[in-house]
Amino acid sequence: MNASGPRHIVFDNVSKFYGEVLGVNRVNLSIPPGITSLVGPNGSGKTTLMNLMTGLIRPSRGTIRIFGIAPDDPERLFREVGYCTSFDSFPRGMTGYQFVYSFLRLYGCGEADAQQLASRAIERVGMTEAANRKIAGYSKGMRQRIKLAQATCHGPSVLVLDEPLNGLDPLVRAETIALFKALAEDGMHIIISTHILHEVDAVSDQVILLSNGYVVAEGQIRGVRSEIQDQPMQIMVRCNKPAELAARLFGQEQILEARMHGDGGGLLIRTRDANQFYLTLNRIALNGISIEAVAPADDDANSVYEYLIGTSEAAS
Amino acid sequence: MTSVHLAQALAVLRLEWKKSFFSKRGLWVYLLALMPVALFTAHSLIQMARGRPCDFGQDTTIFATAFQVFYLRLLVFFGCVGIFMNLFRGEVLDRSLHYYFLAPIRREVLLAGKFAAGLIAACVVFTTSTFLQFVGLYMHFDSVTIRDYLINGHGLAHLGAYLGVTALACLGYGSVFAVAGIRYRNPIIPAAVILVWEGINGFLPPLLQKFSVIYYLKSLCPLEISPDVPKFFQLLAVNADPMPAIFAIPGLLIVSLAVLAAGAAWLRRTEINYAAE
Repeated sequence: MNASGPRHIVFDNVSKFYGEVLGVNRVNLSIPPGITSLVGPNGSGKTTLMNLMTGLIRPSRGTIRIFGIAPDDPERLFREVGYCTSFDSFPRGMTGYQFVYSFLRLYGCGEADAQQLASRAIERVGMTEAANRKIAGYSKGMRQRIKLAQATCHGPSVLVLDEPLNGLDPLVRAETIALFKALAEDGMHIIISTHILHEVDAVSDQVILLSNGYVVAEGQIRGVRSEIQDQPMQIMVRCNKPAELAARLFGQEQILEARMHGDGGGLLIRTRDANQFYLTLNRIALNGISIEAVAPADDDANSVYEYLIGTSEAAS
Repeated sequence: MTSVHLAQALAVLRLEWKKSFFSKRGLWVYLLALMPVALFTAHSLIQMARGRPCDFGQDTTIFATAFQVFYLRLLVFFGCVGIFMNLFRGEVLDRSLHYYFLAPIRREVLLAGKFAAGLIAACVVFTTSTFLQFVGLYMHFDSVTIRDYLINGHGLAHLGAYLGVTALACLGYGSVFAVAGIRYRNPIIPAAVILVWEGINGFLPPLLQKFSVIYYLKSLCPLEISPDVPKFFQLLAVNADPMPAIFAIPGLLIVSLAVLAAGAAWLRRTEINYAAE
């Protein structure tokens, strides 16, 4: 992710301190198009990175460029960027439609254009029926969706989303993820912070793992996993004779552990050298054991998170 | 300012004007504006009940005194605190300022749009109050006396001057408090400091006097205050070195624009940090 290009989001040695408190420190990133997830525990610096990217806060040190535009140039920046923040607050007394429409007028849109764009954005998030109701009466999920409509209504090239799936029911969550994927396929940059790790795998093209204000890993999940040398790789092997396979594997130097899977139809292998293991497996498979499937068992976001940051399922 | 900037400033104005007029936080501004109207109207009603009007000249001087000492220095002053300090502070308290900061709009344009909304609200509320005070004060005089004052005397000119001074007071104090609302979390402290600064204006060296709003307003008031008022109030209102209107109006405009320019520079550096509130 560090090769920078003209359509990249670039952090160059960026630090942010809130007085004595560290927000993020020495961040160097070059984020390509696609969906990038920011993952880390509370206080790790996810929102700080997003706020820096959009000029809501200013870096104490370093520079940020989005397609070459500095965050303190809002006139150019927000033609390209939409930001759906985690703040669950809205201007008082507005309906969903008024909220989206009014801010489109701030973009300089004429009345007819603003009406058309607002209606389209509201329809895209499935809020057409509730659009003329006051936001104060919306559920959490509806507020999330109307914020998403407002952030996307002007057709940005970069969409920054702070916990965008919070409060959404499973159906809307799936629809929203599909929307993100469709937007990313059109070449949009989508930066998402989330604490639901299994969704990171489903959504992301790449991840940035943060801990205590530092970027601890970045890139595609598999790439990040393969760089974690101190944790043995876990590989699931499905075959017709798992016990026999286990017996043959025990003699191999690179195998640390071979455990029968609960359903009796496979083995969970822990190995220090995955490539060597695959070569060995090829040899063994020629000797009467039929291998049905081989797949890494710990190259998902949850495992990577656990190895690098060291807590449980939810990054919180 | 380009046509896009103008369209954006108008869009901000459209979003803001209702808040400036109808915000719950600003209800007390209406009470401030109504207070002198109620006093002058009550005065007239009492005189009408007694069946004898006051001395016209004396009432005119009382109005001039109340306008300078009481209305401009306290009511318009604190009314502008209520309206203009909320332009940005209110958004921070509502946690909605970030929506403006995430739009492709220069912060100077945002300040211009919000300030225009506040200025319109303040001018409507306080010039209406000035007009109603004028009506309330003189309503117990007979129509011939009033017509004579308005048409043959200086009545209309005085009314126009009071309305103009009120609008300029909204502009001057508005600019100061709009910027204070960007810079400070607690409105009480800047309001108190500025109140003292404006209060001691008459005792300051001539150059420093020009860095206040009241100096220009005093120069533009059509009448001197009553010599019968206590010495302290005379000191507040007296203007030893008044400036002609032709200089006082541009002077106040320059002071207001300078304050707003400083505010725009602060606003450009302002970060969103609701957690600190």
